Amino acid sequence: MTDYRTPAAKVRGLGASGHGTAHFIAQRVTSIALFFLVPVFVWMLATSGAPDPAATRAFLASPMGAIVTLLTLTAGFHHMRSGLQVVIEDYVHKAGTKAFLLLGNTFLTLGLWLVTVFALVKLAL
Amino acid sequence: MVELTLPRGSQPTKGKTWPKPDGARNVRTFRVYRYDPESGNPPSWDTYKVDLDDCGPMVLDAILWIKNNVDATLAFRRSCREGVCGSCSMNIGGRNTIACTSGIDEYDGTITISPLPHQPVVRDLVPDLTQFYAQHAAIKPYLQTDTPAPEKEWKQSPEERAELDGAYECIMCASCSTACPSYWWNGDKYLGPAALLQSYRWLADSRDEAKGERLDELDDPFKLYRCHTIMNCAQVCPKGLNPAEAIGKIKGMLVERES
Repeated sequence: MTDYRTPAAKVRGLGASGHGTAHFIAQRVTSIALFFLVPVFVWMLATSGAPDPAATRAFLASPMGAIVTLLTLTAGFHHMRSGLQVVIEDYVHKAGTKAFLLLGNTFLTLGLWLVTVFALVKLAL
Repeated sequence: MVELTLPRGSQPTKGKTWPKPDGARNVRTFRVYRYDPESGNPPSWDTYKVDLDDCGPMVLDAILWIKNNVDATLAFRRSCREGVCGSCSMNIGGRNTIACTSGIDEYDGTITISPLPHQPVVRDLVPDLTQFYAQHAAIKPYLQTDTPAPEKEWKQSPEERAELDGAYECIMCASCSTACPSYWWNGDKYLGPAALLQSYRWLADSRDEAKGERLDELDDPFKLYRCHTIMNCAQVCPKGLNPAEAIGKIKGMLVERES
């Protein structure tokens, strides 16, 4: 289809969405959180007696172990979702494929987070 | 998806190799991208031998020498020949820059010259920058005020004026925007480093009264936030400016507004 829109019309497009900054802040906040949480989580896991299954279960069932694990994985999945969203928006331009991948990204990370919560609750009870 | 390969018919072929000038002893080889969309032929790489003893020191001098002495059909833009107008921007030796301030002696061996990447080619080294200029116009690159204009001038302290240093010097050569991968993949929605540097120039101007409206126009995942701080813009800018830093400052203003 021949595109007769003026250059100004093309560049202005649908206008500014007004919500880019919230996404930008969320990405930075989760980055900073992960910067501190990941070393703590890895250190706590490493000193918990892993890879012995009983010791690992005990660590994940303990209040501190469960809280640090949940915080780390929540920040991780949130960061993963927003990061993958940017990658998909960068490289995938076909509307249907893009929508499918963005939905998949949300469902996958939400699903992984729910599995994490369920597992931690089950281990703690 | 992102196009990682050239479209059909755009792959350059081996073009014409022009002979060495008679009697030339100090010769340099230039490999130049040639394309005429109206011909129906794919682009080609033509090879020219330039007599450096008969030519000025800059790459633009060599291109002019080629046009004047070898091949008058070579098309390119140029005007001021001293780094002020930004017309002769092109990709030289794999890097976007302006030909008039690039010395031939800065490059080793054969010098490859092609148009600014990822833009439609009008002909040879002339890219179509219509979208680039429309993006510049879209950020409203002029003073906006509601207060009636003072009798003399809008006053600005030396400190306030210093805020514009590093932003006002842009010559709109498009080297930065066309070196930016985010601009390559999403140039239709992302404003690009040049337009955003100019947007910052007006956001930073103490006399401007439309800061909020300017930020409203930029608060978008594509218009502004497609900048991933890759820094190609700062690396290629022939004026030594840092558009990525200016974009970071715009993001800072938006964050400040949110919190």
